[in-house]
Amino acid sequence: MEFLRPATWDEALAAKAENPSALPISGGTDVMVELNFDRHRPGALLDLNRITELTTWESGTYEGQEGEVIRLGSAVPYARITKELSGPLQGLSIAGNTVGSPQIRNRGSVGGNLGGASPAGDAHPALLAAGKDVFVEAESVRGTRLIAIDDFYVGVKRNSLEPDELIRAIRIPVADGPQQFSKIGTRNAMVIAVCAFGFALHPKNGTVGTGIGSAAPTPRRAAEAEQFLADELASRGLWESGGLIGPAAVQRFGELVSAAASPIDDVRGSAAYRRHALAVMARRTLTWTWNEYTQSLRSAAA
Amino acid sequence: MSARNSSTRTIRGEKNLQEITTAHPDGIGGSPLRPDGTLKVKGEFAYSSDLWHEDMLWGMALRSPHSHAKILSIDTTEALTQPGVYAVLTHEDIPGSKYYGLEIQDQPALAFGKVRYHGEAVAIVAADHPETARRALAKIKVEYEVLPPITTEEQCLDPETHGYVHEPHEYRGHASGNIVHSQKVVSGLGVNEDVRAMADVVVVGEYEVGMQDQAFLGPESGLAVPAEDGGIDLYIATQWLHVDREQVAPVLGLPENKVRLTLAGVGGAFGGREDLSMQIHACLLAQRTGKPVKIVYSREESFFGHVHRHPAKMRYEHGATRDGKLVYMDARIVLDGGAYASASPAVVGNASSLSVGPYEIPNVNVLAIALYSNNPSCGAMRGFGAVQACFAYETQLDRLAAKLGMDPVELRQLNAVSQGSHLPTGQVIDAPAPVAELLQKVKDLPLPPALDTTHLDIRELPGALSNTSHGEGIVRGVGYAVGLKNVGFSEGFDDYSTARVRLEVIGGEPVAMVHTAMAEVGQGGVTVHGQIARTELGVERVTIHPANTEVGSAGSTSASRQTYMTGGAVKLAAEAVRNELFNLGRSRYGWTYNDLSLIGGKVVSASAGVLISMVDLLGDQAIDLTREHHHRPTVPFDKETGQGFGHVQYTFCAHRAVVDVDVELGLVKVVELAAAQDVGKALNPLSVIGQIQGGSTQGLGLAVMEEIITRDGKVRNPSFTDYLIPTILDTPPQPVEILELADPNAPYGLRGVGEAPTLSSTPAIVSAIRAATGLALNRVPVRPEHITGT
Ligand SMILES: Cc1cc2nc3c(=O)[nH]c(=O)nc-3n(C[C@H](O)[C@H](O)[C@H](O)COP(=O)(O)OP(=O)(O)OC[C@H]3O[C@@H](n4cnc5c(N)ncnc54)[C@H](O)[C@@H]3O)c2cc1C
Repeated sequence: MEFLRPATWDEALAAKAENPSALPISGGTDVMVELNFDRHRPGALLDLNRITELTTWESGTYEGQEGEVIRLGSAVPYARITKELSGPLQGLSIAGNTVGSPQIRNRGSVGGNLGGASPAGDAHPALLAAGKDVFVEAESVRGTRLIAIDDFYVGVKRNSLEPDELIRAIRIPVADGPQQFSKIGTRNAMVIAVCAFGFALHPKNGTVGTGIGSAAPTPRRAAEAEQFLADELASRGLWESGGLIGPAAVQRFGELVSAAASPIDDVRGSAAYRRHALAVMARRTLTWTWNEYTQSLRSAAA
Repeated sequence: MSARNSSTRTIRGEKNLQEITTAHPDGIGGSPLRPDGTLKVKGEFAYSSDLWHEDMLWGMALRSPHSHAKILSIDTTEALTQPGVYAVLTHEDIPGSKYYGLEIQDQPALAFGKVRYHGEAVAIVAADHPETARRALAKIKVEYEVLPPITTEEQCLDPETHGYVHEPHEYRGHASGNIVHSQKVVSGLGVNEDVRAMADVVVVGEYEVGMQDQAFLGPESGLAVPAEDGGIDLYIATQWLHVDREQVAPVLGLPENKVRLTLAGVGGAFGGREDLSMQIHACLLAQRTGKPVKIVYSREESFFGHVHRHPAKMRYEHGATRDGKLVYMDARIVLDGGAYASASPAVVGNASSLSVGPYEIPNVNVLAIALYSNNPSCGAMRGFGAVQACFAYETQLDRLAAKLGMDPVELRQLNAVSQGSHLPTGQVIDAPAPVAELLQKVKDLPLPPALDTTHLDIRELPGALSNTSHGEGIVRGVGYAVGLKNVGFSEGFDDYSTARVRLEVIGGEPVAMVHTAMAEVGQGGVTVHGQIARTELGVERVTIHPANTEVGSAGSTSASRQTYMTGGAVKLAAEAVRNELFNLGRSRYGWTYNDLSLIGGKVVSASAGVLISMVDLLGDQAIDLTREHHHRPTVPFDKETGQGFGHVQYTFCAHRAVVDVDVELGLVKVVELAAAQDVGKALNPLSVIGQIQGGSTQGLGLAVMEEIITRDGKVRNPSFTDYLIPTILDTPPQPVEILELADPNAPYGLRGVGEAPTLSSTPAIVSAIRAATGLALNRVPVRPEHITGT
């Protein structure tokens, strides 16, 4: 097996162009497991660990995205997201905090999660919930391509990267309202999601974001649930009043989230349980974020 | 102890029958540090997987992808021609016996004719690199004719329709049909309509225990080195060196003295190393190639490389009077033994004889059986047989209490055995049996504070960092359970232990050397041996000789027996050495004292004071003596009635579990798991607490997460990704209460501690989950789906 260690991003892109089958390795928390289990025998590994800009983030404004955006280097580990970006990337940082153990969170990255595109990856529901204008910055010697998060996941463990592309960064709008993430595991740490749910309120444009994990072949959005809730909040003037959403609407939202999933029975859990748990998580995360939102309204008014 | 695991210790020294004359801070009763402890924590301990030999080859096994199939042909030609491959062996290459087994030699060293379980080894390869070996495995062509697997109780018990796992003419034990072993226990009037009529209240329940794995962290591994005399030296992580040798030598076609075993670093065992794994394979390859061969299993292979805990289906019926006195118990326990016998007969013996739990029940009728099936083989795991039964009888006791409107602890205390009680086997408990007291101890402990919803730390909630609840849906529950376990091998087995102790002067100091074949698997045995030698010989320095087969058998590190048995042997050998030393003084100096002891490196007479230093008395002489320790004899249980003095010693542990359950999501957080256990004498209190907390945690795993899941006999979760064991966030504070009521039959009055805590922790936790949810929960592990009903 060849081991490529480019020192710069340009070298990495050149190496990938020359060697499209080379397997990128960032934190290695997926790649090394696959190698050890002998599930993969890549001809070459492309080590991205010398490229320092992948482990940095910056904030700015970008074309096609409203407001302030965090451009998150693909290799920034979860531990740093939780530590440094818990405000602007609230949902992703909560999600990152559920990943594996401290050791895994010190190495694992969102770029790696996207590279693997597992339906159980915990970053995905948070990214989907953060907005439709979340973009994966895919780069190759041919140039940069922005892939909208909704177009990124194309099948079980498959993403829409071209063979010569690498993920440079993820562009995520700074949270303009409360965000949450919840995941089910049958033990209290170090567990792959039985199912997961990401949720975000977007008061600026009056939408809400959702993301479902581990309950369909790919991470997916609960589009109908989003629409229902956005309509409900708008038609009842709740964004302005900060009034109670009420149990009926919360219940309906949970049902729609659950209906958006297409889970299977497997060793980790039953399809029926996944549907049930998604509804519960949807109701709870909606309640938590709405409470936080109404509190912020009230303290702003005070 | 840290605050998280704060432990209290109650000493009841006044009841100790044996005075310990020589006090030494690192002698018995103290908690000296383990010699291996720091190394293990720092990652510097050499495990069997770290073994290395110049010029060594790597061995690897090809395993069956089917749970039941005929082997039509095996073609190794292509694998053999691959460069770097030194040998490819099948059953045809075995020089000696083709079978091995712990109790019944029914397991082929390499499959022939048939494969009977998913993962059964079919061929083995030795190559210069693990990668070369892997590639060679891929080139072995095995033609199978897949057969329908026999996996359910119904299928196993109807061989006419579904077939035999082993054809009747192949049976090597007492099997019949697809039953490996069965045992009845009948006492009093048995259970019939008249007896049933004596009960005012009856509860009947069906219970299920899933297949648990030992999940030790050090995968199976070892190194076989061919010797010049045509024999083999095997360095191996095991639980019993001598019984490994007994099984390995015949397959190699060698006399036992040509197969020499030395214990390598063991990374946990819990019963999973009682059976052979890679031993025979490494030796066969070393024999064939003339080179040292190392085998290390991967984690996935490990799940196929050792036996598991028998899954069980149990039907229990209890009858009691209106005021809560048990009148009768009827039980049928069906254990799935999988493809090969392993320890199934002993597991059945324990399940049946301990099936009543620590209760006095005048009329009993029990049948326990183990099946042959095409599921993974099951055998020894911490508390075997007794663990499964305990889940059933403790659930029954809870339900009975509910039906009677009684407090569940009081119901148990009302029926608890005590010293002098008869068990249904007819055996009288002739040592303290403080069952009621242990229950009271855990009940009297203060309860942990209620969940503080104003200062939530989500790590304390069900789901923890997964952030599923900020207090919603959470209900607390409390549950109790107590268990009955035996110590040592039973049913007439003489599992003696041997110890050699040598005393000599080294560097101007008296030094004791302890040499046994005991497998230190993490239980702290070597620490205790040092303590015993210090106490008995009054020396500071003790060295522990590597465990090997140069000395006699130490029996297995299992059945909670090693401190009792090999510790007892060390005590005997040390006492013999001490007497020899006194005799030396008597003959040299004409002492007539009968009040001698060894203290601080000196021979001391109680009446005359210090007589001489050990250094001066020994000079350059060494005293080197070996002793065997046999426990009192037991007898096999009568086949039809289960009567007989079958067990060496009984041991008891009680638990109180406090859980928080997210009843909407079905997630559980065990908040606290308190235990009380009678240990007779805590030779090393810290190790005792460690055993109790570790055993309780393994029971916690069975209660809420640990299960090998199979479909048609195929294992679906052979990895730590999907076979979950408790992490530190799942492991609650565990206050431990220790009683020390000496057993007059045991060395120092001690009682084996390792297994009892594994029994009652599972039912206590499930009882607490029931209290929180109101659900029946008759199966472990309890999964979220069972709580949410989805
Ligand atoms: C013990 C353990 C627990 C875990 N728990 C969780 C969990 O709870 N939740 C969860 O979601 N995951 C979990 N994982 C999986 C893993 O940690 C995550 O998926 C993590 O995000 C991977 O990041 P990484 O940087 O380590 O990726 P790597 O292993 O380096 O790479 C993963 C994949 O992404 C590709 N890749 C990496 N970087 C790039 C890039 N810049 N451009 C294109 N492709 C790239 C790689 O080729 C590979 O296919 C766990 C893993 C382990 C070992």
